[in-house]
Amino acid sequence: MTEALEAFRLETRDWLRANCPPGARGPGEIHSGSTKLSFQPDTIAWLESMADRGWTVPMWPEAYGGAGLTLEQTQVLYQEMQAIDARLPLVNMGTRMLGPTLLEYGSESQKLRHLPLIARGGAAWCQGYSEPGAGSDLAGLTTKAVLSGDQFVIHGQKIWTSGAQNADWMFCLVRTDPEAPKHQGISFVLLPMDQPGVTVKPIRLISGSSPFCETFLDGAIAEKSDLVGRLNEGWAIGKRLLQHERSGQGGLGPAPARSRPVGVTIDLEMPEVLNRYATDPAQKASQRDAVIRWQMRSRAFQLTQARMGQEVRDGKTPGAATSMFKLYGASLAQDKQSLTAELMGTQGIGWEAAGFTEEEIGATRSWLASRAVTIYGGTNEVQANIIAKRVLGLPD
Amino acid sequence: MQAVLSEDQMQFKQVIARFFDTHSTMPAVRRLSETETGFDPVVWSELSETLGLPGTHLPEEYGGHGFGPTELGIILEEMGRTLYCGPFFSSAVMAGYALACFGDEAAKIEKLPQIAAGTTRATLVLDDLNHPSKVGRLIKANQAGVLTGTAPIVLDGGSAQAFLIVAREPAGLGLFELSPTSPGVEITLQESIDMTRKIARLTLQSAPGLRLGSVTEQGLYQFWDLISVALAHEMIGGAARLLNDTVEYTKGRYQFGRPIGSFQALKHRCADLLMSLEFAKAATHHAGFCLAAGEETTIYPSMAKAMAADCFMDMARAAIQLRGGIGFTWEDDTHLWFKRAKCDEVLLGAPYQQRARMMDILQEAQDVA
Repeated sequence: MTEALEAFRLETRDWLRANCPPGARGPGEIHSGSTKLSFQPDTIAWLESMADRGWTVPMWPEAYGGAGLTLEQTQVLYQEMQAIDARLPLVNMGTRMLGPTLLEYGSESQKLRHLPLIARGGAAWCQGYSEPGAGSDLAGLTTKAVLSGDQFVIHGQKIWTSGAQNADWMFCLVRTDPEAPKHQGISFVLLPMDQPGVTVKPIRLISGSSPFCETFLDGAIAEKSDLVGRLNEGWAIGKRLLQHERSGQGGLGPAPARSRPVGVTIDLEMPEVLNRYATDPAQKASQRDAVIRWQMRSRAFQLTQARMGQEVRDGKTPGAATSMFKLYGASLAQDKQSLTAELMGTQGIGWEAAGFTEEEIGATRSWLASRAVTIYGGTNEVQANIIAKRVLGLPD
Repeated sequence: MQAVLSEDQMQFKQVIARFFDTHSTMPAVRRLSETETGFDPVVWSELSETLGLPGTHLPEEYGGHGFGPTELGIILEEMGRTLYCGPFFSSAVMAGYALACFGDEAAKIEKLPQIAAGTTRATLVLDDLNHPSKVGRLIKANQAGVLTGTAPIVLDGGSAQAFLIVAREPAGLGLFELSPTSPGVEITLQESIDMTRKIARLTLQSAPGLRLGSVTEQGLYQFWDLISVALAHEMIGGAARLLNDTVEYTKGRYQFGRPIGSFQALKHRCADLLMSLEFAKAATHHAGFCLAAGEETTIYPSMAKAMAADCFMDMARAAIQLRGGIGFTWEDDTHLWFKRAKCDEVLLGAPYQQRARMMDILQEAQDVA
C-alpha cells in the first residue's frame, strides 16, 4: 500500500468517526433521495455531510457532485465505513444506474443538471422500461413519444416501475419511430414524475408489500433537452444501463459488503438457522449437507466476484459476464430463502399470527418476495440466452 | 492473498499448454490408454529433463524448483485439459509431496531429488484413497519395518520404480519405502474404467521396508489437502476442455435445418455448465492461493475438490447427452473423459465426504469463535 493511500485511510477514518451520527450506524434506514418521503434526522445529517465531500458517489468527478476518488481510495472509504458499521448515505437508481449511464452518454448540460442533484440526494429516480406487452422482449415496447416543439408528448403504460410512488424523476424508454425495426426506433428520455400526465398505481405482491407500480403516461411531457443520446438511438443506452443494474445486483464494483444483495455475503446466517431448527440428531446430517451445498455455491460466487472485480480494476468494463452474476446471484438468494423456509418447517407458514416470531414471519415474507429476484432485471432464462450468445458464441 | 494468476504464472501456463497440446494429443491418449504401462517414456523424460515439471512444487534444497501449489495447479490443469497419460500425479504429486511432508531429513536428501528430476518414477501406496481417517487399516508395519497387508488401488502401481508406503506402526503411522522387486511384494494389474490412469493392487507379505519418516494425523490431513487441490486443478482443466468441445459440437451439428446449439434447451444447459465451471475454477484457484499463502485447515481444499468433481462429472454427462448417439460410442473420445471424471470424482474422497469435512471445519471455527 502506498503512503498516500495510507494517509487517505487515516484521514478518512478520523473524519468518519467524527461525522457519522449514531443513527447512521448499524442496521436501519438509508436515504433514497426521494423528496416525498421523510427521513430520520440522523439519516439526513449523514447524507448531507457525505454529499458535502462528494462521498455519496465517490468515484464521480467533482464537477458532478462526486469526489473523483480512485477505485483503491473508494475501497478504503468503504472499508473504513464498514469498520464503524456506517450505512451507505444514499442508495437509489440515480446513483447506481442512471448516473453511470449519464456519465457515459449524457451531454455536458445534462450531466450538470442531473448528476449533482442525484449526488446530493435531491431526487429519487425510477425506471420506465417494462410494459404490459414488453417484458423479456423489452424492445417490443410501444409507449409512444411524439416531438412537439421543444417537448416530447408521451402516451403509454409502464409496469414494474420500482419505487415509482416515491420517485421524482423517471428515465424512460419510448418509441419515437414506429416505422423503424424495433431496436432502431427507441429513444431514452428523462421526465419529471410530478405532472398531470403521469399516474402511479402500486401493485400488491405475493409477499403483501408493494415495491412495484404501474405507471400510466397520458400526455406526459419530457423536455427535448432531456433526450439522452440521439433520437432513435436509445436502445444501446438502455442496454448499457441494464449492465450497470446487473452488476449492482450481482455485487460487482466497489460497495460495502452489507449493501450487497441478500444472499451474497451472508455466510454465518445459515449455521445460525441450523442451530435453531436442526436440533434433531437423526436429521442433522441431511440438514448440514443441504446448508453446506448452499454455502459452497455462495463462497464460490464471492470468489468469482473477487476475480472479476480484479479484472474490472485491470481495465475491463463489466460486459456480458454481468448476466452470469445476475443469474447466479438471484438463484443463490432465492435458494437461500427456500432452504431457510424448509428448515423452519411449520414455523415457516405463518403470515401474521401469535405463534410465530417476528423473525420467522420476516423470513417467510422474504421467502415469498424472493420469487421476484429471478425475474426482475431480466429473467434467469433471458440471462442464460445472453450468456449462451455473448460468452459461448452459440448461434441464434 | 492472490485473486488472479500473476503475469509470470500466465506465461508459465502458456508454455505448459503448448507442451501438452503437442505431446498429449487425442491419438496419443488413445494409443497409450491401450498399453499396459499407460505412458510414453519419451514424453516423460522430455517433461522431466527439458521442463523440469516433476520438481515444480518441491523444495529447492531437495532438488525441486521451490514453486507452490499454484504453479503445480497450472501444470495439472493443462494435463487435465489434454487428458495426459503418465505417472505425474502418482510420482511427482503424491509420492513427491508425501516424502516432502513426512520424510526424515536424510530420506529427503537422498530420495527427493530423483523424484523431482523425474529419474525415479515413484508412487505412493495408501491402503485407502477415500478418506485420510481410513488410512493405515490394511497395511501394518512391525517394529523392524516389515510390512504386511494390501492396498486395493495403487496409481501407476504396475510401472512405478519405487513404492512409498504409509503403514500402521505399533504407535502411529510411518512412511516406508520398498522396491517393486523386494521379496514379499506382489503386484497385480487392475483394469480401471479409466484407461488413461493405470492402477494395480499391491499385496505385501512380510516385505522388508525402509522407514523414511513419521506421519502424524494432522500432517496426513494437510498432505491430503495438497494433493486434493492438485487433483481439483486436473478436473477443472478437463471440464473446461469438455465445455469448449461440446459447445463447438453443438455449433456444427445440424438438425431441423439449423445448428442444434441454436435451440434454447441446449443454450441454457451450456450457460449453466459455464457458470458451474467458472465457480469451480474460482474455488480451485483460491484453494491453491490459500495453500500457497500457508493457510492451514481452511474449508477451501475440500470445497475445491467437491466443486471441481461435481463440475467435471456434470460436464461429462452433458458432453455425452449433447452429442446424441455418437456420445455413447467407443469410437467417440467423450467416454474417455467421462471415465476420467468418475475416477477423479471419488479419488481422495467423493463430494459428500468433502462437504462433511467442510461442515466440520466451519462448525469448529464457530465453536471456537
